Amino acid sequence: MNWLDTIVQGVLLGGLYALFAAGLSLVFGIMRLVNLAHGDLIVLAAYLILVIVSVLGISPFLAVTIALPLMFASGYVLQRVVLNRVLGEDILPPLLVTFGISVVLQNTMQEAFSADTRRLPPGDIGTASLQVAGLNIGVMPLLTFASAVLVIVVLNQIFYRTALGRAFRATSDDATTASLMGIRPSRIFAQATGIALMIVTIAALYLGMRANFDPSIGPARLIYAFEAVIIGGLGSLWGTLAGGVIIGVAQTVGAAINPEWQILAGHVAFLLVLLVKPRGLFPRAVD
Amino acid sequence: MALLSTHGLTARYGQFQALFGVDIELGEGECVAIIGANGAGKTTLMRSISGVLRNAPASVRLRGEEIGALPADEVMKRGISMVPEGRRLFPSLTVEENLLIGGQVRKGSGYWTLERIYALFPILAERRRNAGTALSGGQQQMVAIGRALMANPDVLLCDEISLGLAPVVIKDIYKAVPLIRESGASMIVVEQDIGQALKVADRVYCMMEGRVTLSGRPEELTREAIHAAYFGVQHA
Ligand SMILES: Nc1ncnc2c1ncn2[C@@H]1O[C@H](COP(=O)(O)OP(=O)(O)OP(=O)(O)O)[C@@H](O)[C@H]1O
Ligand SMILES: [Mg+2]
Repeated sequence: MNWLDTIVQGVLLGGLYALFAAGLSLVFGIMRLVNLAHGDLIVLAAYLILVIVSVLGISPFLAVTIALPLMFASGYVLQRVVLNRVLGEDILPPLLVTFGISVVLQNTMQEAFSADTRRLPPGDIGTASLQVAGLNIGVMPLLTFASAVLVIVVLNQIFYRTALGRAFRATSDDATTASLMGIRPSRIFAQATGIALMIVTIAALYLGMRANFDPSIGPARLIYAFEAVIIGGLGSLWGTLAGGVIIGVAQTVGAAINPEWQILAGHVAFLLVLLVKPRGLFPRAVD
Repeated sequence: MALLSTHGLTARYGQFQALFGVDIELGEGECVAIIGANGAGKTTLMRSISGVLRNAPASVRLRGEEIGALPADEVMKRGISMVPEGRRLFPSLTVEENLLIGGQVRKGSGYWTLERIYALFPILAERRRNAGTALSGGQQQMVAIGRALMANPDVLLCDEISLGLAPVVIKDIYKAVPLIRESGASMIVVEQDIGQALKVADRVYCMMEGRVTLSGRPEELTREAIHAAYFGVQHA
């Protein structure tokens, strides 16, 4: 067994988990909202891409460019119409509502698409691989990881270099004072959720091309995403990538020792990190 | 017509009524001070004008337009900026970002720019990359004032800008008032320090228990009248 190979596979797998998690991290960082429907929204986005692929007969990579604005709009409306109403001091209502959305999404997708497993056609790229330093690295995992890094770089640029990002941070600090700056918190939150659902769409692209999916797999993706966010430290996007990588490496190493240990090893790594650093690896200084 | 006025303004926090029919006016170019003891309702009045607390539409008017029911961001866009009690800088933002966000939605076409804020408070230029909350209390107050000015407001509401600051620092901060007024902003200044209020303002309102108990020009007001309006009738 080649340990280096195992670890590289794990790191690249971590890119997928980071993509699952980045939207969750963004939304939590800005409005302290844990969206329990996050995993199901990833699956929904995968079906949306699938529908576009089937109807227009185009590649998933092209279909995603159509899905992105649609998912942004869905996120914006979801936040304006539903989630903003339940945000407040009490953390329970948003949890209940997003849990309800999760159940509704799963059932609706079951009705619309049946329980059969589906796959997005990756084309030739799905089996292509590169030889690097004696390692055989799949192009698809590499692309996934590169996309995760790119997403996080772009998010950080938005966060720290744009007026929108300034408004995100200010609203997260103190929504009332932000409104004195002419900022409408409910709109800021809606834009954040819109962006989160664009990241969800990118995650869905790779989820759907790399493996089969069906309407029931959302909650497990939510767990991975959640673990990655917590390991990384709430609100830190690079931390989220690190968290994804830790879970990915733990899973591939666990699987290399015993194939049945793959999932368990990821969860154990999560617990171990929390035992050592209860606030995650890169907790934000404030809050 | 007054630039800004309130009409029978009331406010409550749940069961508790904090304002009982407050009528005040701010003329174009004027600086008005609001004095009153702790809990008199000064901050509640500022929050009601700025839209943080919502009211009946007609209870607050800006150049005749009814703005009482507008949310804070809409009130701000119409030209009313606030320096809130406790300064409330954004901890995640640097000093410069705290200033920039003040003029991000509404810039106005007035006097105030980042450079002019730095010219007014040079220490802030030195500290521009620091976290806003890493500054001293007086410097934080300068940031809060600069942040509100960045929108080039027509009305600047200042809630206790001298609270908790050393006398020299207070002097520095009040030195900015004439320039702010020259820049075209009319001001409402909430001030516990009666001497300071009488010095800076064209007119003074005194509040007690949610009502205006006295108003007038500083030279018209006697110590005894202020004392009675501030503390209520004293039973010696
Ligand atoms: N959030 C709140 N909930 C309940 N009651 C409040 C709240 N804020 C203020 N009050 C009450 O409203 C009244 C007026 O308070 P306000 O803060 O307006 O007074 P103030 O004149 O600004 O006092 P200070 O000089 O101490 O700042 C007080 O009795 C206060 O206890
Ligand atoms: Mg007050």
